[in-house]
Amino acid sequence: MSSNVPAALRYTKSHEWVKENADGTVTIGITDHAQHALGDLVFAEAPAAGRAVAAGEACAVVESVKAASDVYSPLGGTVTAGNTSLGDAPEKINSDPYGEGWLFTLKPANPADVKALLDAAAYAKFAAESGE
Amino acid sequence: MPLETPLYERHRALGARLVDFGGWDMPLQYGSQLEEHHAVRRDAGVFDVSHMRIVEVTGSRARDFLRHLLANDVARLASPGKALYSCMLNESGGVIDDLIVYHRGPTAYRLVVNAGTAEKDLAWIEAAAGPFDVAIDSRRDLAILAVQGPNARAKLATLLAPEDARRALALEAFSGTDLGAPGREAFIARTGYTGEDGFEIVLGAGEVVAFWDRLLAAGVRACGLGARDTLRLEAGMNLYGNDMDETTTPLESGLAWTVAFEPERDFVGRQALLRQRADGVPRRLVGLLLVDKGVMRGHQKVYGAAGEGELTSGTYSPTLERSIAFARLPAGLVEPLEVDIRGKRLKARIVKPPFVRNGRALIDLA
Repeated sequence: MSSNVPAALRYTKSHEWVKENADGTVTIGITDHAQHALGDLVFAEAPAAGRAVAAGEACAVVESVKAASDVYSPLGGTVTAGNTSLGDAPEKINSDPYGEGWLFTLKPANPADVKALLDAAAYAKFAAESGE
Repeated sequence: MPLETPLYERHRALGARLVDFGGWDMPLQYGSQLEEHHAVRRDAGVFDVSHMRIVEVTGSRARDFLRHLLANDVARLASPGKALYSCMLNESGGVIDDLIVYHRGPTAYRLVVNAGTAEKDLAWIEAAAGPFDVAIDSRRDLAILAVQGPNARAKLATLLAPEDARRALALEAFSGTDLGAPGREAFIARTGYTGEDGFEIVLGAGEVVAFWDRLLAAGVRACGLGARDTLRLEAGMNLYGNDMDETTTPLESGLAWTVAFEPERDFVGRQALLRQRADGVPRRLVGLLLVDKGVMRGHQKVYGAAGEGELTSGTYSPTLERSIAFARLPAGLVEPLEVDIRGKRLKARIVKPPFVRNGRALIDLA
């Protein structure tokens, strides 16, 4: 399928997106490609504010009826907020993966790390080639 | 190489996500698994279940044979068309398969067995049949559709000739009837695996695609195995391979009600079950409701003060919007209980299945 890949965001090969915020934090979620592959999500658990995470560390979970999937932090840093509204409405990740379906915000240990992530074109190519 | 039912191209054309189920390439979902589930609870859905195997048992001693082979008693089937649900056991009382058996006439019965166990079942049945001089006929030429939901029977009946529609709609639960022209297979029964009312219809493999097309045109939604699993677990129905297998007896699987100990009859596994009953059945299958948010899944462990057990099936229940499961516990293990979900211990309550029937919760969700 051709999925939605907003140009201004950065991405990982594990299908997370990263948005840089004006206050120096980043917002993180899973991509349209990922939500489509997972199907209807029925449970989501975001990390708690204050938690320190390493780049590549599994720190959130999204579950469809069929399976649980880990979400990996694209960057090392400290979690500033988890999207607790997903507890009652995990389907927001399906319907609005880049907006209301955000998972958590993070203060990166090294803001320059964002630039090392995939840009929209590179991710779009990767996602298209990864099947589904 | 996975096998394909006659509807394979239809599933592909509808954009189904296909999975291997018991060696068959079957549709898991066509779009949204949750919407397919809700369509069956609220309206009408159709499942291609042609991967299941129909086995005809015929002969003057067919009844005697099946009374020996099966843990439930086909003598209860008083007239043609009547059906019952039964386990087929080994000599240790372990479950080889679960199945539905239909009385078709004085010397004819029809069994419908699971796809993944069909070859094993046939070998077992044929080996047991010797002394009874019956014919065993595996019907790979037939296809089966399950049409389920509060509007399912009415919608399917609009596709039948008036006399057939009348006969189909007059069927009582767990009864079936032949339809249409003699010589052309068309058998319909008021049975199902969803906890909703509906029909299961058996057609020749050459007829089923056209009938599927007409069902969809009549407003019946195509539904996949994903929805089938959430529906059957909500309805409190066991899945062979998950909730019971050859190492578990019906008494340990919530299926004691399917075993006819009386009137006395020499069925395979009887002695083993009587011994187990006399000694005290060591394990039981219970329903669980997760108290908090999360999703229980098969093979997760459940802990209580006196020991531990294991979940045999688990899922998110779309109708209840909670997680439900079956768990096999040692006989003495009671609440309070916690399920280990990916390293976290979450509270679960024992509830008596079914969880849902006719679209409504039967358990206390508080």
